[in-house]
Amino acid sequence: MTSPPVRPSEKPAGAPESAPTSVSASISASISASRLQRALASDFVYDFTRAPIAIIAGLVVLFLFLVAILAPLVAPTNPFDPASLNLMNGFTPPMQANMFTGESFVMGTDDQGRDLLSAIIYGLRVSLFVGVMSVLLAMGLGVSLGLIAGYVGGWLDNLIMRIADIQLTFPSILIAMLIFGVLRGIIPPDLRDEMAIFVLITAIGLSEWVPFARTVRATTLVEKEKEYVQAARLIGLGRHQIMWRHILPNVLGPVLVIATITLALAIIAEATLSFLGVGAPATEPSLGTLIRIGQDFLFSGEWWILTFPAITLLALALSVNLLGDWLKDTLNPRLK
Amino acid sequence: MPGGVMMDNAYLQVSGLSRHFDISDPFLARLLTGGARRQLTAVDNVSFSIARGQTYALVGESGSGKSTIARMIVGLERPDSGTIRFDGRTAFDERQGQVQDNSLRQKLQMVFQSPYSSLNPRWRVGDILMEPIRAFDLIADPEARRRRVHELLDQVGLSTQDAQRYPHEFSGGQRQRISIARALASNPQFIVCDEPTSALDVSVQAQVLNLLKQLQRDLQLTYLFISHDMAVVRVMAHRIGVLKNGRLVEENAAGPLIESPQDPYTRMLMESTPRFAGGAASG
Repeated sequence: MTSPPVRPSEKPAGAPESAPTSVSASISASISASRLQRALASDFVYDFTRAPIAIIAGLVVLFLFLVAILAPLVAPTNPFDPASLNLMNGFTPPMQANMFTGESFVMGTDDQGRDLLSAIIYGLRVSLFVGVMSVLLAMGLGVSLGLIAGYVGGWLDNLIMRIADIQLTFPSILIAMLIFGVLRGIIPPDLRDEMAIFVLITAIGLSEWVPFARTVRATTLVEKEKEYVQAARLIGLGRHQIMWRHILPNVLGPVLVIATITLALAIIAEATLSFLGVGAPATEPSLGTLIRIGQDFLFSGEWWILTFPAITLLALALSVNLLGDWLKDTLNPRLK
Repeated sequence: MPGGVMMDNAYLQVSGLSRHFDISDPFLARLLTGGARRQLTAVDNVSFSIARGQTYALVGESGSGKSTIARMIVGLERPDSGTIRFDGRTAFDERQGQVQDNSLRQKLQMVFQSPYSSLNPRWRVGDILMEPIRAFDLIADPEARRRRVHELLDQVGLSTQDAQRYPHEFSGGQRQRISIARALASNPQFIVCDEPTSALDVSVQAQVLNLLKQLQRDLQLTYLFISHDMAVVRVMAHRIGVLKNGRLVEENAAGPLIESPQDPYTRMLMESTPRFAGGAASG
């Protein structure tokens, strides 16, 4: 219940550094200040301030991320701490006093008397963690494979892109379920619950790499013909150096857009898997798990157990999607 | 005396160089339509040599194979047959193939045609110039490296602060200067200039050409100059070779070739370029 005091790593971080390097610190501060000024004056920021939908979506995403990261600080109770649960509080409707204990909860409680707001905040944490990690996995995999396929070409290109084509013919949720099932089979039973989240990340990550690979490959094909790459070959740089140091920074532009849109997809994929009961375990419920639990009570009148997690998921997925959409339009020079 | 060049002090010797490209349809399409394999001869048995410290210009219209020759000489493309020798050392022959030797590579550099795509847009100019120095391990000390970068910028008429900037902050002419500085960074003896001024304004062209000439004088550089612009070639070249469909149709010292072109194709090329006052022969 009591959160631990200030983490030990927070104290010594600032103190010893500031004294000896104050000159270079102030120089770097002035450089970063001018960089910040330049960044604030960019077209990107200007476009953002002119797009009300992007601002709202951005604020919602920022808010949800902050809440998820600061979950132990902002949640009224810790929903995983059995000591904080009181079965008598079960099925308390939102904003009403419980008839036995007299306690009231903003969003009500579920069947076990768990504060729904806290459960949603912690569930959001799981959903976002799984979403972000699986996008990072998909991005790492897709960007690497796309870069290799595009730069090396030949049979390797054919192999990678045909696998991508095959994977695209299946809905990604099906692929994720397949990978999920296979991984669950490999992992020993006593580790299953601990590994469940990572299995989920792997399954979703592996099912979403294709758009990254396709885009990066296409951009790489353009970049590798440019003369700066020939100049690099001329001084005898190897494939790896040219691929990772020269081409990679130039193909990352569209990746940001795909990552944002994929994040929305990954969050929904995670919720779907959890809703189907093959995702996050009951010990670490995500938004999808909460929706599945709430569904059981929908027809007995306890609507809030389903509704609030569902609204949160909707707000999150919609905002991320709108943000991705806006990014896509803004960064696309052809639409200007 | 640019005219009488003795071939025994040749820096670059190219002989019997050929390159074909396969332009057949894809295998399946060939099978279905019954088409045969087709080959494009881009470079056909070309031989020439360049004297140390001089400029040899290859001229010809687009598609005549000049760029392919340039790319084969610096090792970006593999010839089908022929030999390339630098300074008495073999860079390519049919038995050994392309010689992968850093000490040889270091001596050959190239200035590319487009000032916009020849510099990595995500790299600072200082890093771009530093890279050849690092790749060939020329200078170990970081401070000395930085000084060398500043010296290079100075040599091509840019300021030392430009090392901190990105390529997009420069004009076309300035970018071409950066490109030249990068080529100079590895202390080369030979530079291929692949239409280095064709993307520039006429006034900027003159500045870049003057810079190239001055560097040639100061650093004893040997140039292979690729161009389709006779006005530019007239300023730069000691010797000129005229290419048509991958073949060298005429070759001579610059003066005689411009004043009395022998081949009808050369005459046509000369007539197709705008004349300046005081031009030599009139068509």
